[in-house]
Amino acid sequence: MAKLGPSGYSPYPVAVYENLLNPPPGKAVMFNEIVDEEVAMREAAKAMLTRDNPTIFPGPQVLYAWNDEAKEKARLVRKMAEVLGAKIIPMYDYRPKYPKIDPEKEINPNHPNLTIWHNNIKACIFIGVHCHYANVALKIIRAETDCFTIAMCGMAGHEDAMITLRDQHTEEIEKFIRIAEEVKRDLGK
Amino acid sequence: MQKTEQVQYNRAGQRVVSPEYMLFEAPRTKHFMTGSEVVKEAVKRSSVDASVSYPITPQSEAAHMIGELWVEGYVGVYFRGESEFGVMSEIAGCAMAGARTITTTSGPGTLRAMENFPMWAGSRLPIQLVLMARGINSPLSIQPDNLEVSFLLDTGCMIWHAETAQELFDMIIAGFVVAEQPDVHVPIVTVVDGFFISHTREAVMLPPDDIALPPYNPYKAPMPPIDMEMSPGRFLRDPYVMKSNYISYATHASWQFEVRAAIERSRPYAKHLLRGLIEEFGDPEGDLVFVASGTAAAQAKEATQILIHEEGVKARVVRLKTLRPFPTQELIQAVQGAKYIFVPEFNVVGWLEREVRRALYGHVDIPVIGSPRVAGGMTMPPEFIVKEILQFLGKEVKHVV
Repeated sequence: MAKLGPSGYSPYPVAVYENLLNPPPGKAVMFNEIVDEEVAMREAAKAMLTRDNPTIFPGPQVLYAWNDEAKEKARLVRKMAEVLGAKIIPMYDYRPKYPKIDPEKEINPNHPNLTIWHNNIKACIFIGVHCHYANVALKIIRAETDCFTIAMCGMAGHEDAMITLRDQHTEEIEKFIRIAEEVKRDLGK
Repeated sequence: MQKTEQVQYNRAGQRVVSPEYMLFEAPRTKHFMTGSEVVKEAVKRSSVDASVSYPITPQSEAAHMIGELWVEGYVGVYFRGESEFGVMSEIAGCAMAGARTITTTSGPGTLRAMENFPMWAGSRLPIQLVLMARGINSPLSIQPDNLEVSFLLDTGCMIWHAETAQELFDMIIAGFVVAEQPDVHVPIVTVVDGFFISHTREAVMLPPDDIALPPYNPYKAPMPPIDMEMSPGRFLRDPYVMKSNYISYATHASWQFEVRAAIERSRPYAKHLLRGLIEEFGDPEGDLVFVASGTAAAQAKEATQILIHEEGVKARVVRLKTLRPFPTQELIQAVQGAKYIFVPEFNVVGWLEREVRRALYGHVDIPVIGSPRVAGGMTMPPEFIVKEILQFLGKEVKHVV
């Protein structure tokens, strides 16, 4: 990720074409730099606490009770939203909705910009979204909006987010919440 | 206290080992095999769930032998499709259901199935296609010619080009591992030049057949495996995706770029398991460089030996193991110091020459010569390459072909 958007659509923004790949295990990517996970978490918390209408977009992997980890992650997402003072707009699944989606209440990976425009969202966290859909959505958000995107991924990460955190399981999410609480105190909020 | 090691077995009763152990550490024994037989040996060690086949020369034998593996219990599902289009659609169905899949095809079969390859990529299916390349022109030819590879270059599949049966074995195993990485997860086409590799025997070193790759875990897929439950895919029913409006264009643009981005993400994994995306051979200071892949690289290596040892020409080969991702940076680095770049190929259009020119443009100022080039089933003896080089350099030609 080279810069905060909107970065336009010609050429379409794709971080790997700017020679940026996902971070190695234990690290994070912040814009176009590989940094320690904690540094990225701190900046992510700061963005969510200082930008307008921060929103968490939880995906099916934390919205449905597939397993114990998913249930625990869902609980932590709620706690994260409380600490960050963020709204939650779910990405229930990736199915089309009829007659059409209400983008104010629900986000779809194929047209996430509608949700961001409707709600004037300036910072967001993707969590529990399947990697392909997160990547498709993050590229569109980069192209079309100036939203500061943060991806908390259980796999290898999403280089098209402004901050990408990889291998995020319950322990790492708890760590992020602790850091967010610290940042909030430091900001006097 | 001693740590207890948990040993896992797959459905065939093979011990599950890591890809690194399979490819780099397991003891190997020597065998004398055709490329088709080697496909069977690789599939046998890859915990494959499903394979669909259809006969077309020169890959029929490989497909047949995967069927034998099903009989022996190494492959979960195996059946014959109605045509190559049927095969590539049915294997997609198997992959959508969460299976590790492999199929094989050649020449006109590749083109008949063509619509499926971008569909595989867009649906993020890590299917492996072993392509034993053959001619695709009319009049019909069954001879070796790899023109069909140029049609596949922009389908959104990874494409690797094996030089030998040994490399085909290793690439098939590595191919599953790289293609199934959650951040990659696109199809992989492992190419060999038909007949030259599929039908000739060579010494290959194989690990024992009682070990196998860990089974595929579809729960790590970047799309839910059931996402295609509404044929041809539930995302195609989204009015925002399928209408002609700006929002749908943005979706399609992002989707297509994401597939290409996924191929780029495969670089570090492929580099690790293939021990680099390129191989360098010959005189490291050679100012005459052959850039080639597959059988053309093998022939260029033979020619390089003659040029160095019998003609006093400093030559070297940069062999490309992967075509998608294209090893641009490695190539730019490897051709430093070259005076001439020759690109020998087994096809009429010179698709590799085009790729090389594109990769080097603006980075190095070295003439790229699309030669020697044969097509339609011709062979390319090393002496033929040597003759071409000597003529180019204005030297006396002693090797007459």
